[in-house]
Amino acid sequence: MTALVRSWQAYRAISGAWVRAAMAYRASFVALALGQVLTSGADFIAIVLMFASIDTLGGFGLGEIALLYGLTGLGLGIADLVAGSTEQLGRRVRDGSLDTMLVRPVPALVQVAADQFALRRIGRISQATVVLGWALLHVDIDWNLTRAALLVTTIGSGAVIYLSIYVLGAAFQFVAGDAAEVQNAFTYGGVTLTQYPLTIYPVEVVRAVTFLLPLAFVNWYPALHLLGRDDPLGLPGWVQAASPLAALALAAVAGVAWRGGVRRYRSTGS
Amino acid sequence: MAADEPAIEVVDVHRTFDVRRRAGRLRRTRQVVRAVDGLSFDVARGEMVGLLGPNGAGKSTTVKMLTGILVPTSGALRVVGLDPAAARTRLARRIGVVFGQRSGLWWDLPLRDSFALLRRIYDVPADRHAAALAEFVELLELGELMDIPVRALSLGQRMRGEIAAALLHEPELLYLDEPTIGLDVVSKGRLRDFLRTINVERGTTVVLTTHDLGDVERLCRRVLVVDHGRLVFDGSLDALRRLDGTTRTVVVDLATSSPQVEVAGAVVTRVDGPRQWLSLPSGASAAPVVAQLAAAYDVVDLAIQEPAIEDVVARLYQRG
Repeated sequence: MTALVRSWQAYRAISGAWVRAAMAYRASFVALALGQVLTSGADFIAIVLMFASIDTLGGFGLGEIALLYGLTGLGLGIADLVAGSTEQLGRRVRDGSLDTMLVRPVPALVQVAADQFALRRIGRISQATVVLGWALLHVDIDWNLTRAALLVTTIGSGAVIYLSIYVLGAAFQFVAGDAAEVQNAFTYGGVTLTQYPLTIYPVEVVRAVTFLLPLAFVNWYPALHLLGRDDPLGLPGWVQAASPLAALALAAVAGVAWRGGVRRYRSTGS
Repeated sequence: MAADEPAIEVVDVHRTFDVRRRAGRLRRTRQVVRAVDGLSFDVARGEMVGLLGPNGAGKSTTVKMLTGILVPTSGALRVVGLDPAAARTRLARRIGVVFGQRSGLWWDLPLRDSFALLRRIYDVPADRHAAALAEFVELLELGELMDIPVRALSLGQRMRGEIAAALLHEPELLYLDEPTIGLDVVSKGRLRDFLRTINVERGTTVVLTTHDLGDVERLCRRVLVVDHGRLVFDGSLDALRRLDGTTRTVVVDLATSSPQVEVAGAVVTRVDGPRQWLSLPSGASAAPVVAQLAAAYDVVDLAIQEPAIEDVVARLYQRG
């Protein structure tokens, strides 16, 4: 437990230093954060414009799609804020800065994630929060305690699923050198895929993001429950509450992959 | 841990790397490179040791194994009583490392923030940290640099910062990789003084890898020379100088330009006007040569040069 507490303290210290450094240039920080709001918001504006000429997409209305969009955007936003810096791993291996982290008494993953912590990434979080808030006002959800809890755990699980993808991508870079693009394909690609109702995709895609890389648990299954919709795959009802399980499973896989990556690095020297 | 236990024990350590090379469009050839090939040595607590060797001799690989970054292929290592590969994080609290080419500081943060971060990372009590920091700031003259981002520091300033950073958690053992590379003479001197101080006053064991033999001559009583992953020399600098095949030089200025002098026990290697260079085996005494010169020739001035340590080491590499 003390190791966890220490890691957390180190994470806070390192990220805090980067926040202070960024705040020295407040105007530039505000501009960058706003820029993130705009770039991540552009695809939602595209969806809104699309709904000027259609009423439903894949059987879902604008409010419902906004719910899907908000949930997945928030999940990615949190993960990106916490661990977006892991993209840099390939460079760290190449320039040797990973070595300086490996001789410090804090897990290298914590240092890689905290280093160059960019608070401007709250841009995406705030944009997704606004869309999610708007969605909750415009969809018809029969609220009770279970559904409220489901909403909260979904956001947490979504963040953990995207976090795990960041870590998996970083672990992959131990093998493939600079594969930040591959990592992006799954993080940004995943968010683009899941911001639409999965009914618009072939069933193979839905199966893949259910059983292979559990992106559908970021928003799709819990949203089906919240909206009282039928599951097109016809999976049992508990699946719609299984996001935390999917998140934990993927996190475990990511943890093993990261350890494997570090072990490989330490035994091959590259 | 027993006080007489060595700071470092290396027993028959090997480290091989698989190097893959492209050979044609899809084919690749694999080649096994023996970076460290049966290395054994001990370093006692409180020693200051120079680790020398040409590029690719296995110095960095050795240091990486001693810090636990790299796992050895075979053999045993113990550093302050720990197995570095297995106890890397525990070992990290007890050693300090300065990699010459990579910064242990945060490039975009002021020096002060880097030091504050290291306190949190190493979990050093605030009062101990403050005391150590005050001492290093004074000894390394960092006072005026504390609020400057690391990227804006000169190389010499940065290196002083790096060394302070590596020592703030008061490690028992300090590894320095090329600490004076690219520094001017004044900065080099200052850094060497500082290293001597922490070695003597704090008893910190120091292992120095360097190409700068000036560092070694001024700092290290003991030298380890590595070549092709093996230890080719372990001993004092004097012993290194007296190795077979190395020579001392007597430089003599005569009153007038003359033909080559003839002296038993030495050979003239160069003549330039009235100045002549005589070479004699480094084990031999220069006294008889000097006496003969003074008796037979009109000597204006005379100097004895010890073999340049560069030459000695270069000869070692050739033999290895």
